[in-house]
Amino acid sequence: MTDDPTLETTRGRLSALARLWPFARPYRGLIALTFTGALLATLTQLVIPLVIQAVVDGPIADGDRAGLVPLLALALGFGLAEAALFFLRRWAMNISSLQIERDLRDTLYQRLQRLPIAFHEGWPSGQLLSRATTDVSTIRRFVGFGAVFLVVNLITCAIVGVLLVLTYWPLGVAVLITSIPLTAFGLRWEKRYNAQSRLVQDEQGELATDVEEAVQGIRVVKSLGRSRLVFGRYDRKALRLHDLQLVKVRTLAQIWCLFEFHPQITLAVILVGGSLAVGSGALTVGGLVGFVALFTVLLWPILSLGFLLAQAQEAASACDRIGELLDAPLTVTDSPGVRPQQVGTPARLRFESVGFRFPGAGAAILDGVDLDVAPGETVALVGATGSGKTTMTALVSRLLDVTSGRVTLDGHDVRDLPLTQLRGVVATAFEDATLFSMSVRENLTLGRPDAGDDQVAEALRVAQAEFVHDLPWGLDTRIGEQGLSLSGGQRQRLALARAVLGRPSVLVLDDPLSALDVHTEALVERALRDVLAETTALVVAHRASTVLLADRVALLEGGRITAVGRHTDLLAEVPAYRELLSSESELGGSANLGDLSEVGSR
Amino acid sequence: MSTASPAGPPSGTSPSGPTPPDTSAGWRGVATEDDDDLSATASSFLRGRSRQLLGELLRPHRRALWVLLGVILVQNLAWLAGPFLIGVGIDVAVPALLDGDPWPLVWTTAAMVGAALADTVLRYRFLIGSGRVGQAVLLTLRRRVFTHVQHLPLSFHERYTSGKTISRLTSDIEALAELLDEGLDGLLTALFSVLTIGVVLLVLDPPLGLVALLGFPLLFLLSRWFQRNSTVAYRRTRQTIAALIVQFTETMGGMRAVQAFRREPRNDELHAQLNEDNRRAHHRAFWLIAVFVPLVTLIGNVITVAVLGYGALRVMDGDLAVGVLVSFLLYLRRFFDPLQDIAMFYNSYQSASAALEKLSGVLEERSVVAEPVDPTPLPSGSGAAAGEVVFDRVRFGYGAATVLPELHLTIPAGQTVALVGATGAGKSTLARLAARFYDPLSGQVRLDGVPLDQLADADLRRAVVMVTQESFLFSGSIADNISFGRPDATRPEVEAAARAIGAHTFIAALPEGYDTDVRKRGGRLSAGQRQLVSFARAFLADPAVLVLDEATSSLDVPSERLVQRALQTLLADRTALIIAHRLSTVEFADRALVMDAGRIVEDGSPADLVAGAGRFADLHRAWADSLV
Repeated sequence: MTDDPTLETTRGRLSALARLWPFARPYRGLIALTFTGALLATLTQLVIPLVIQAVVDGPIADGDRAGLVPLLALALGFGLAEAALFFLRRWAMNISSLQIERDLRDTLYQRLQRLPIAFHEGWPSGQLLSRATTDVSTIRRFVGFGAVFLVVNLITCAIVGVLLVLTYWPLGVAVLITSIPLTAFGLRWEKRYNAQSRLVQDEQGELATDVEEAVQGIRVVKSLGRSRLVFGRYDRKALRLHDLQLVKVRTLAQIWCLFEFHPQITLAVILVGGSLAVGSGALTVGGLVGFVALFTVLLWPILSLGFLLAQAQEAASACDRIGELLDAPLTVTDSPGVRPQQVGTPARLRFESVGFRFPGAGAAILDGVDLDVAPGETVALVGATGSGKTTMTALVSRLLDVTSGRVTLDGHDVRDLPLTQLRGVVATAFEDATLFSMSVRENLTLGRPDAGDDQVAEALRVAQAEFVHDLPWGLDTRIGEQGLSLSGGQRQRLALARAVLGRPSVLVLDDPLSALDVHTEALVERALRDVLAETTALVVAHRASTVLLADRVALLEGGRITAVGRHTDLLAEVPAYRELLSSESELGGSANLGDLSEVGSR
Repeated sequence: MSTASPAGPPSGTSPSGPTPPDTSAGWRGVATEDDDDLSATASSFLRGRSRQLLGELLRPHRRALWVLLGVILVQNLAWLAGPFLIGVGIDVAVPALLDGDPWPLVWTTAAMVGAALADTVLRYRFLIGSGRVGQAVLLTLRRRVFTHVQHLPLSFHERYTSGKTISRLTSDIEALAELLDEGLDGLLTALFSVLTIGVVLLVLDPPLGLVALLGFPLLFLLSRWFQRNSTVAYRRTRQTIAALIVQFTETMGGMRAVQAFRREPRNDELHAQLNEDNRRAHHRAFWLIAVFVPLVTLIGNVITVAVLGYGALRVMDGDLAVGVLVSFLLYLRRFFDPLQDIAMFYNSYQSASAALEKLSGVLEERSVVAEPVDPTPLPSGSGAAAGEVVFDRVRFGYGAATVLPELHLTIPAGQTVALVGATGAGKSTLARLAARFYDPLSGQVRLDGVPLDQLADADLRRAVVMVTQESFLFSGSIADNISFGRPDATRPEVEAAARAIGAHTFIAALPEGYDTDVRKRGGRLSAGQRQLVSFARAFLADPAVLVLDEATSSLDVPSERLVQRALQTLLADRTALIIAHRLSTVEFADRALVMDAGRIVEDGSPADLVAGAGRFADLHRAWADSLV
């Protein structure tokens, strides 16, 4: 990274900190207190050197024992005050900065939950997580510490500089001049260090990806015996990280050494200059001692300047990154003035010349889809892999919004219904059964926290998911990544139970039985028929067995519905459908199949 | 997969059984987890274990560490010379100068510059040296844990969960890196200088030194109090942030379900609660610092005033030179400042030592499916297997649940065997034993007469490849993913494999064809497409024995048919064990086995079994009915 562009972007970026104001505002009293505490504490530190100077020049020079008492009392008083102010600053800082952090994270989380699925598809969840944790904490540190000391240290530098010049101006000016190159070098090195830190962080991210894949793909790695290949890949990155870390260590060592060397040399300068001044009578011995002590107070503000500026930059870019999320448009929301509409159970579901294209994608996935599902009817959606079936199901509950045409429920455009109503009347079971690290009960009643035990039991029965009663703690057993792991079929049955819970007006099932074995599938189908009889349903199907749950079948091809009808009719009349779903095609072409099909149809 | 999940607690645990540790909130549900609240003996055991790991890691760097110790000792002395020389300057050089003798001032100044130079050079040497050792240790640890985890058996990965393994290899190692970054050297120098300054103070002037050290017992008690409380407090913060992260990642990962089921308001509540818990935990930890640091300052200031008062009196009495007093006061400052820093570093130190405990725990896991020390070569001599697989009195179970009571099965080389049966019948277990993801509890699984546990890993994996239902793709292009099956394969070979399996058409239609990155937008593949890629991968690997565990479940019918056609040619001269709940796959098998409760209840050609009156005929009827 070259110097100039960084500087440019830095200047631009610091304004990003303004975004924090709404979050800091409620705690401005506490922030002011933090600031005051820090400033006063630093100023009280100045008193002790001054008292030392006074003691050396006054009582010690004069042998005035009684004169010592008030000076010591003064030093003690300020010593106590310093400690008290330290406490005040940290106390106020803890409360304000931690609450700002909490508020910011809550806001971010709430916003993310309401951003559309199209947004989430473009953002890996790891990216979002690092914004909600690392970036938010960076901001907390800046608000509680960096911002405060950036100001306080500048003030301290100014005051100490003035005091040094007042004590003995030639020496004071000399010391101030030597601190200019220190500051300049400090800033430059700090910038270099930051660029290197960022490289290290990026490499750590790369390495983390390798780790994730090696662990999540362990079955593939083991099965093909590719441990060495995977390790080689990881090791190259680990080595590069190691080298980058060493570069960073070198820069850090240089910074530290500069910061150690400089004050010692300055002390030597002070000793020479001060001694000469004492010799010529321009400075008292006490003055020299005080000078040395004052100079030590000045060190930390100078040394920390680069570090604090870096913190400010980091906070600013964290603000930018969080801002990207907070500013992302909520495209799927209630349009102004929507009111709950009358939607029957079951409801009529219509797709009217519906088109959909992903933002930025070239071709439309759906283009002029027309489909009418009568109340209580079940329509199966059949199409080749990638034909847009899942996209079509996502349009019903507005996980995605149509880009043209409309989807209606009992004649109301789904966009004219409040989201909460829409998603209350439409229930979906997804292809990949998402379970959360929560109790079975909480997972089931996700959309209907008020569901009673009998409703839960009914849903479990329909989905043939009664195995949950045999889990160690029954419905209270935690499942998901952080709990008990379930098989694919078990997960799918739970997702199905979740969808049928509470008998929704419209049920959307995305290939709901794919992971079940033949026996279980038959049992689920039998129970599901009762549910489907009373609700409107759109069922994505890959198998003839699933299609048979439906009253009619719609064939999705090239972004539109090309055929609708009964399974047997479509089999007879539509070659494309036959290709996808006929029993012969599923049976393949081997020799004994003819007999087998006969056996089957007997 | 069996109904009794291998990760689950032993069956028969009643709800009234041992009290589960985590019942904090009802919605989370109950689970057995290894938690942080350990008994005193357990935690001292853990500390011993991680100390041992640390010892092992540092041993190769012994010599460098001794040199560094020497360097930092000398550097400390040089650093301590500064205040002393200032004192000498005031006491000796200034009076001499007043008497017209400039030389003491020159010497003192020269000594100061010399000390500063020595200090800087040595410190640089130390920082670079300790950085090198630290990074070398981290690299070794990264390599060691990664390799170790890779060699641990599947049973470990299923029990430990991927999330935990990943955090061992990422955040835990990074916690150690952070400690090295943020202040291990600061911590060491601080401890070091506190000790040396204590000695210097006593040597410089014993009575004044004693006054200065009056605060020691207080500081000691204060540090103990802080250490004890903050250990607990920081452990709590790690728990709360972990809970927050789980909530966050799961919400983002399951966003479709969250939005479709109007989960947002409830999630807001749960997140707010966890976030508030996390704030409180941090507040507690920071509160301890807010008390500790000012108290250290307070003690420091009181002692400074005491030293100033007592020292001033001694100077007035002529017992003490002014310069010595000034040196004293400067030393005191250097004494108390690092003590405050220690409070800051304590958190990184804590997380690092917690991380080390967990890492040493993983490293202590022994592979129960270890590679043989002295492997037996395959009889063919060429390293290529013929492919005869024998299960000889194999017994297997997860925990207390027996899945396979006693299994005999001989699969001659070249035979294609289909396995059918209800969920939990033991089909997948059989497949996993054949690929040696597990070892049987008793009995043997043999390939060409050699027990699997006596085969070298490379031989075994070249001979037996398993394709599962979940088809994992690695980042990189589609071609990379296919050639994972045989890394030295050329592009035409990769394409030929894809063509053979019927994956070429969809791959060619992707924006960048075989070079499409599977993790980037536009490269996102459907479950069926991923399965095709992993099939191509297995095809390219060209094993003698192919194990397919529901490997076609996500394919649509035309794709499945393509795969089946490909399989017929592919499997012609190879042994295959196929598990499928779609019976269509079974049709082209040479032999079908029906499993029930871990036993083979029917065995014969598919056609014979269909014609019979057994379970296979039932299954087939159910399936055929479903097709109508």
